[in-house]
Amino acid sequence: MFKYGISGFESGHYMGESVYKPDNTFPQQIVERGGTTLLRCFQCGTCTGSCPSGRQTAFRIRKLIRWAQLGIADKVLASEDLWMCTTCYTCQERCPRGVEITDIVMTMRNLAVEAGYMQEAHVRIGGFLAKTGHLLPLKEPMMKARKSLGLDETPPTVLANKKNQELVLNIIKETGFTDLVKKGGK
Amino acid sequence: MSKYAFFLGCVMPMRYPGIESSTREVMKQLGVELFDVEEFSCCPAPGVTRSLQSSTWLAVAAHNLVAAQEAGLDIMVVCNGCFGSLAEAAHMLNHDKDKLAEVNKVLKAAGSKEYKGKTNVNHFAVILQDEIGLDAIAKRVKHKLDGMNVAIHYGCHFLKPSAVKELDNPETPRILDDLVEVTGATSVDYRHKQMCCGAGGGVRANTPDVALKMTEEKLNYLDEIEADIILDVCPFCHLQYDRGQKDLDRETKYPVLHLSQFYGLAFEMDNKLLGFNMHDVPVDL
Repeated sequence: MFKYGISGFESGHYMGESVYKPDNTFPQQIVERGGTTLLRCFQCGTCTGSCPSGRQTAFRIRKLIRWAQLGIADKVLASEDLWMCTTCYTCQERCPRGVEITDIVMTMRNLAVEAGYMQEAHVRIGGFLAKTGHLLPLKEPMMKARKSLGLDETPPTVLANKKNQELVLNIIKETGFTDLVKKGGK
Repeated sequence: MSKYAFFLGCVMPMRYPGIESSTREVMKQLGVELFDVEEFSCCPAPGVTRSLQSSTWLAVAAHNLVAAQEAGLDIMVVCNGCFGSLAEAAHMLNHDKDKLAEVNKVLKAAGSKEYKGKTNVNHFAVILQDEIGLDAIAKRVKHKLDGMNVAIHYGCHFLKPSAVKELDNPETPRILDDLVEVTGATSVDYRHKQMCCGAGGGVRANTPDVALKMTEEKLNYLDEIEADIILDVCPFCHLQYDRGQKDLDRETKYPVLHLSQFYGLAFEMDNKLLGFNMHDVPVDL
């Protein structure tokens, strides 16, 4: 059976320096959630070279993927850079090894959220979804603007039908999302 | 006459309703009948929902696919975000029986009908090109837009991931260029034309300054050429460019038009229906 991460490392000290102990279950968790291509990465850097966010920030997607392969879980999960990806898929399209990089980023974000690292803005927006079934609030001036264009004041979606809205909110609740955003992040 | 369930999403009906009124009128003129489905909710947006909890993302997307199924219709979207969520969820559920069974368990527990795995999701640009066709569109053009230089912004979730979408080459696509040039306007080439607007993936919400830096970079490339407008097929990219230019307070500002509004101009629709008065960057064409 394939062994994930790196072996032979024990936490403790070596020549007076503390030694990092990787979490070998981390790459395995990503693989089990569909990120099987994670292990194919050979660190060519095409992804970082293609990343529009990396041109503006310290976000280096190649490094995050390497950390994930090596099981450096705590760094990945607490990383603010993990939230700099716009999910533009450029890296995934160009990857010569077929690594589904963007999908893996989203999987790592799911794991980060489970570990309690939900970003404040996302707690707020997620709250709109859990409360209304939409990600944005509908405000009075917008209703007037809609009317001026000959549209229904309230968009003909779950916003216009309480029973339908209840159903979608039930589905959201059933997946545990409502409690998740209530709990918030660190 | 073809029929579709018109998926509204969030940004269009609640921030740029002019895109909605333009789409309704343009599609009517082109012989496509659109139906509202009051069971539709948020798609839900991939950046936030899928990143936070993918099981929620898939279940809510499936709920929307069920709504179309019960209406007996396929879905039409005018937003790359909605397309990203719904087309990818449909691709996943229509091909993977285990995933489908898993989602149906959630839907059932919440009191919803089950998804049968048959709903198709179509981006309106693809309907325009493949179903209606450039010739039929050309016949509707009353006001030739000769001399207008259009900087097209494809947006990311329209063509990518290409393994799922299989629509056009994501690095050098033609689909929108052809749809623009049928009006007589010119699609101008520019550096990094396929680059992201910066808004997606929850970045605009979480770190708006980072999103804006990406938008600014792209606008800087537009300054190198002669562009009259930015054209998009996604209300969220639309919002990022329109509000972003206001936030950046740049000297050169480019009016931002969704393809539906652009066709509204070319079809000589009543200007009031295009909703340009709700844009931050004035549209004076």
